[in-house]
Amino acid sequence: MATPAPPRWDRKMQQRLARGEEAALGELYDRYATLVHNLAYRVLDDDEAADLITREVFGYVWENPDDYDPKHGSLRSWIAGLTQSQAVHRLRQYAGRGRSTPGEVEARVREATAAARADFIVTSMPAPLRDALDLAYRDRLDYRDAAAGLGVSADESRRRLRLGLQLLSTAMDPADSQDPRTPSGGPGHLSPHLRTDRGQP
Amino acid sequence: MSGPAYSNGDGTHGGGGEGEGLPRVPQQRDQPGIPRAVPDPPPGPAELSEPSEPNGTAEPVHPAGPSAPAGRRPGGTFEEPAERLPLYDHATLKALLGAWALTACSRDESLAVEVHLTDCATCAEEALRLRDAVGLLHREESLDLDPLLRARVLEGCLGRRPARIPVPEWAGPYDAEAARLDALLRDLGDTYWQEPVELRWYDNGPVTRKATVGEVIAHLTAVDGLVAAALDVPGAAASDGLDLPADPTRRTEALWAARRAAAAGGAGAGTGAGPAAGLRDVWRAQSHTLLRTVSFAGAGAAGVGVDYGLRTLPLRTAFVDRAFACWIHAWDIAEAVAYPYDPPAPRNLNRIIDLAANLLPGAMAGRRRQGLASFPARLADAGAPGRSLVLRIEGAGGGDWCLPVDSPGTTASPEHAVAEVAMDGVEFCQLAAGHLEPERIAVGQQGDRAVIRDALFAAASLSRL
Repeated sequence: MATPAPPRWDRKMQQRLARGEEAALGELYDRYATLVHNLAYRVLDDDEAADLITREVFGYVWENPDDYDPKHGSLRSWIAGLTQSQAVHRLRQYAGRGRSTPGEVEARVREATAAARADFIVTSMPAPLRDALDLAYRDRLDYRDAAAGLGVSADESRRRLRLGLQLLSTAMDPADSQDPRTPSGGPGHLSPHLRTDRGQP
Repeated sequence: MSGPAYSNGDGTHGGGGEGEGLPRVPQQRDQPGIPRAVPDPPPGPAELSEPSEPNGTAEPVHPAGPSAPAGRRPGGTFEEPAERLPLYDHATLKALLGAWALTACSRDESLAVEVHLTDCATCAEEALRLRDAVGLLHREESLDLDPLLRARVLEGCLGRRPARIPVPEWAGPYDAEAARLDALLRDLGDTYWQEPVELRWYDNGPVTRKATVGEVIAHLTAVDGLVAAALDVPGAAASDGLDLPADPTRRTEALWAARRAAAAGGAGAGTGAGPAAGLRDVWRAQSHTLLRTVSFAGAGAAGVGVDYGLRTLPLRTAFVDRAFACWIHAWDIAEAVAYPYDPPAPRNLNRIIDLAANLLPGAMAGRRRQGLASFPARLADAGAPGRSLVLRIEGAGGGDWCLPVDSPGTTASPEHAVAEVAMDGVEFCQLAAGHLEPERIAVGQQGDRAVIRDALFAAASLSRL
């Protein structure tokens, strides 16, 4: 669960990308390539396809850094949203070529959408909740040890764990919209740009 | 490295499920390294050693079906909880649901929750929901990316929109190698910082030195700091208030000593992760700063001198030198932890080979001054054509280098070649890094053997800590 960068980092990165700094592009890749590739892989279940999505997403971000609006969330969640919509788009495209049944595809889309939404929830939930989940899940501490790590009471620790999971569980609720993450209309409107080069391997 | 394996929950007190149908109830973890006080309950008539009663008491009463948290209570223990377990009220049990779903509570609490779930539909429903939510947590670093993908992605981007502030071409290998090492460190995770790594170089014979992964990164940080000093950006060491010598070896030793002193003094002992976890960030932040600074400085900065103590290298050469060191030490680390690590991409490998080849005439002259050369120099005027050695490097990133053998000042040319030596590019780099001994490297040779021998020893002498 890579935590999102501080908002200041996001804004600075956006400016540097807009300025055309190659070094910034490298830093952006180093920070988010794993996220993008993993999200894409989770949807497409194919390494090469995930490579391709990674190229498309970073290409899009590099060409359109101004499309990111810090008011609507972190750079990380914007990039995750781009990845998700592009990967789902690609999955449907593959399905159209008869690689999977429509039912399989929709099931995978649903699963991936829940996972993407969960990812968004985790990264945008209040840090105290995320930290508690991190300690319990990633570091495998029990809630008392986590409480010590967090500097809070055991009661508070288990309260945070429960609250964090409750938030996370909303990711499984049936979606009204196809857009899993950004609260602001999401990346759907960005996809046409992304799709322009979909023919290129 | 990997996420928690819930499926091993059957370890010591499972049993109910015979392993099939896992994961079911995420049971209390039995973690290596974290001793838990195991209450060692009195072995009741059926302390989890036999399957649940087929139905009746152990049947889940909530609508969750077979995957519900249930089925772990053998009938025999059913009447006991009141005696064995502390009593928890509904509110407490409800508050525990999150910790329970994450298997982050004590065994007693876990059992109490599970007993409660059979009686309380509200809690059972939430418990299921939270446990499913746990399934949505995942480790991001679950897959190692192909290191070559970075270059492809960045190239694709730059093809779509050229950089207005590009990274100078000669800094490209450093950018790529630092990114590869960073990815390796990320894959390794935080538990490897104390792993022993053997550092090797050649100083009239092979030399080895033990270091930890953390010390290797500190070493890279220290020497990269020379470039930072040349660019007049605050280096990582300077921010610690350390005034380090320029000579790379002494600089490294000084930094290691300072770190050991700080560790012994208890600094950083408060935080569990210790100072090691920050080492990667410090090194990486410095490397990013160097790349950024040199991009803005532009081509004009290529000739700025970087003070290495005994010698000065122009910035464009120093960046390749740092790329070389980064690769070799990443390889050292990878070897120590039995990880695969590929050579640099051909274009970058070529620059590193070029660096070592171009340093070779100076190193041969140095050996001659020390009386180590096995053939006498012939006098030639600077700039005049002199005897030459053709270095033929095979494999990806290879090529031919024609080098003067009598003095770095003479002009080399194939017409004046007295010897030709051919070897693999990665092996040549290993030789120049002191990782392959000159007597052991497989070479094809023609012409003056003494010249070739000297060149090989000179290549090895390029190495240092």
